[in-house]
Order: sequence, then C-alpha cells, then structure tokens
Amino acid sequence: MSSFLEISKVGITFKPGSPAVLVDVDLEVARGEYIAIIGHSGCGKSTLLNIVAGLTNATTGGVLLDGREVDTPGPDRAVVFQNHSLLPWLSCRENVRLAVDQVMGRTRSKAERAAWVDENLDLVRMLPHADKRPGEISGGMKQRIGIARALAMQPKVLLLDEPFGALDALTRAHLQDQVMEIHQRLGTTILMITHDVDEAVLLSDRIVMMTNGPMATIGEIASVDLPRPRDRLALADHSGYIAARTKVMEFLYARHRNPAQAA
Amino acid sequence: MSIALQQAAASKPLVDKPTLTARKIATTIGNRLYAAGRDMAPLVVMLALILGVWQLAAGSSTSSLPAPYKIWSDSHELILHPFYDHGGLDKGLGLHLFASLKRVAFGFTLSAIAGIALGMLVGTSQLAMRGLDPIFQVLRTVPPLAWLPLSLAAFREAQPSAIFVIFITAIWPVIINTAVGVRNVPQDYRNVARVIRLRGFGYFAKIVMPSAAPYIFTGLRIGIGLSWLAIVAAEMLIGGVGIGFFIWDAWNSSNISDIIVALIYVGVVGFFLDRLVMLAGRIVTRGTQS
Repeated sequence: MSSFLEISKVGITFKPGSPAVLVDVDLEVARGEYIAIIGHSGCGKSTLLNIVAGLTNATTGGVLLDGREVDTPGPDRAVVFQNHSLLPWLSCRENVRLAVDQVMGRTRSKAERAAWVDENLDLVRMLPHADKRPGEISGGMKQRIGIARALAMQPKVLLLDEPFGALDALTRAHLQDQVMEIHQRLGTTILMITHDVDEAVLLSDRIVMMTNGPMATIGEIASVDLPRPRDRLALADHSGYIAARTKVMEFLYARHRNPAQAA
Repeated sequence: MSIALQQAAASKPLVDKPTLTARKIATTIGNRLYAAGRDMAPLVVMLALILGVWQLAAGSSTSSLPAPYKIWSDSHELILHPFYDHGGLDKGLGLHLFASLKRVAFGFTLSAIAGIALGMLVGTSQLAMRGLDPIFQVLRTVPPLAWLPLSLAAFREAQPSAIFVIFITAIWPVIINTAVGVRNVPQDYRNVARVIRLRGFGYFAKIVMPSAAPYIFTGLRIGIGLSWLAIVAAEMLIGGVGIGFFIWDAWNSSNISDIIVALIYVGVVGFFLDRLVMLAGRIVTRGTQS
C-alpha cells in the first residue's frame, strides 16, 4: 500500500515519570482514504489527532505526510474541532475568509479568494446564512462552517475531532451524509475521531480501534468493504455493515471494556 | 342602488385598512407608554418620596442643611442657566463641568492608550509580567490625590498636574484588565490561529485584540469611573475652573445649596460617562460573548 500519511511508533508522555498516554502507534493511510479512530473516553484518540495536526508534539516516533515530517500545525492538516472553534466576532463568511486569506493570500487574487470562500460555504449549504455570526446559528450549522473553513484550506488530510459529538441524532445524520458526499466528490483523505460505532462503519474505509489508556495503542483495524456511495437506509440490513459493526462492538464492549465501567 | 352597494363593498377594505393600521399604531404607542410608565413610575415615586422627606427633615429654619425648596430659591439660576459667564470664576455649572470633562477626556485618553499598550506587554511577555506586575500592584493602591503634590512639583502648573492625576488613576484597571484579557485567549482560538499559521501582528490584531476586547472595556469602564472620582477631588485643590473647584468655592462662600446642585450634576455626568464607555464597548465587542 502506498502510504500518504504515515504515523510511525508514535508515543507520548505528558509528565516525565508518569505512564505514557500513547505507545507505539503505527498507522499507514492511503490517499483519499477515510479512517475512523474509535475508542473509549480517555484512550488518547484526540491526542493522536492533535499529534497529526501538529498541535501536540509526540515524545517518540513521528508523522510523515506526503513524504514530509509533521512538526508544527499547518493548513495542509486542517482540523474541524469538536466545539467548532469559530471566532464569535466574525460572521460565518469572515471566519472562512480569515483562513482562506491566510492560506492563499499570496497565491490567489482577492476576487478569486472571495469566490473560493463562497464556493466552500455553498459546499456545506451555508451560503444563505453566510453573513450571520456563529452566535446566531445552530450547533449543526456551526459545525458545517467549521468543515467549510477546513476544506477551504485545501488540506492534504482533513482531521475531524468528534465533529458531530455535540449534535442531536437527526442533525448528525444529515451532516454525516454531507461529509460522505464531500469525501466522494473531493476525494479528501480524512482522519476522524468518533465514539459512535454506526458513524464509524457508515463513513469510513477502515476503523482503527484503540485500546484503553494509559499506554493506549491501536488494538485492531477493521476494513469496511461497503460500496460507495453509501446509503444509511440500504445499509441497515447489509451483511457487510452488520459484520463490521459487530466486530467493532465486540472489540469495544467485550475485549476492551471501558475501565470506568468494567469495575 | 346596486352600483352604490358595489361601490360600498369595493371601498370598504380601502377604508378599513388605514383604520386598522392606525389602531395598530395606537396600540403600539399605548404599549410603549405603558412600558415606559411601568419602568419609570417607581423612580418618580421614589424621588418624590426622598424630596418630601428631605423637605420635612430640613424644612425648619434651624436646620444646618437646606431643604429642596430653599435650594431651588437659592440656586435656580445655576439649574436654569448652566452656561452663563459673568467673567472671572463666576461661570455656569455647564462651563465648569465642561472644563472638568476636558481634563478627564485628555487624561483618560492617554491612560487608555498607555494602559492598553502596557497591558498587552504584560499579558504576552512572561518577562514583562515578572518585572512590571509587582510594581503595578503596589502603585495602583496609591490614592489618586497622593499623586497631586508630586505632579504639581514636576509640572509646576495646575492643568497638566490635574491631567496627570487622571492618567495615573485610570491606568491601573486598564492595564490589569487588558493583561488578563490577553492572557485568557481561549485555547480553541489559539489552535485555529496555529492551524492557519496566523502569527505575529496578524495573530495579535485578528485573534488577541477581539478576544480581549470585552476585558479591555471592563478596564476602561472602571477607569473612567475612577477618573471622574479623582478629578473632582483634584480640582478642589488646584483651583481655577472645574466642577471640583466650584464645589470648594461654594463651600468657602457658604453656598450649601450650590454644592448640592453641583453634586447632582457630578453624579449625573458620571453616570453618563459610564454609560458612554459601556455603549462603546457594546458596539465594539458585539458578538464576542457568544
């Protein structure tokens, strides 16, 4: 497999002397692949994403993206944060524009950048609400702006940190469909943190299952061999879907139960 | 007749619409008046009550303080003609207030500029914070008037001395609040800036400043309140023109009624200064809290 994103022997210890949070995490991701990382709370999956983003530095090992080592954050690894992280004093359009101006300020003209901002807002169907401030729109809409901002940077890999965690079930399903459609259309490589088994199976090509921390690492990787485009209704009874789902459930609830609940 | 009926039927809505709108407007005005009355009535009643009790308590001829009615008969010229100028120090309250406001505007502007700049320095640099913060914490406890003799010695003139007292009074809350705001830029915003590689001046202007703006305006609001407190006291000592001097002058000529009128003016102006800064803050920081 030609690896586009390569995570090798990544480990992290926050305080010297205390046990490592992550050890020996190895993962190779191909271009255009959709990877879901699943695990119980506290297993260090967000830490792993932050390491790939460059927001946190690994203690051991390293990350290679497209042949280059990751050591600082950058727009080639755009992050959609769990709590959307939009700047509340800017309108939705201005939030996206800030990123676009910063990333493409030298390579594209002002008019091109403005058109690109609107194109990305349109991609997440937020163009009609572009001039509202984050405080005036719903949680799902904020997350869509967060996705538009990330996509507008034209990242090599899109990092999603539990992007739908704080949303209600209907909004979540709607956004999952949108992300699937965008992935299908743009062929973006995506790394997504989730704790939702159905979400992982529905969206991803491979599901990375993390063992419990401390000393967490990748326990198992399940391939989801389902044809795309995927339809949540049609998949509900699909044998491949059920098989993948069972595999993840079995890993999470039989072999690696949440330590907080196991006692 | 049928034509007449048709006409009547056709014209009916034409007649009705304006009346409906008129009625709607009337109800809106009615509701507004009701709301205004509901909000203002307790205040009006309370003021009447205070004036009444005051009149009863201080109404006798042996009272050392004037009653409201006496204040009116002694000092109504001050209330009705705030901008008279009989030359020398005999000026209307409006002109005295204007002189005080000018000093506050000057001193407060200087302290806002210097305070925000210093606050940012202390908020961003650990080194500056270790070196300067203890000094600020000590100096800010020095009462405003304690600076006056020193500034008179330094400037040898009343006007710059008064402005310096305003400056040194208002600057501490501005510095401290700005520093807190700058230090408390949420990690989320920092992460966004790091991902899009926004650094240096751009990071400061586009992330730190808007994020700290509510804190800065809290500091400015405290600062303007303190400057107004300080200017009245300082003007009592430096003399010349200004509301503080007016009060001191009235005391020296035993015009107690004038003092009371001036106090009310001082309070009202202080209230409006506070609201002015609050409003400016609201306009500038719109949306930041959400």
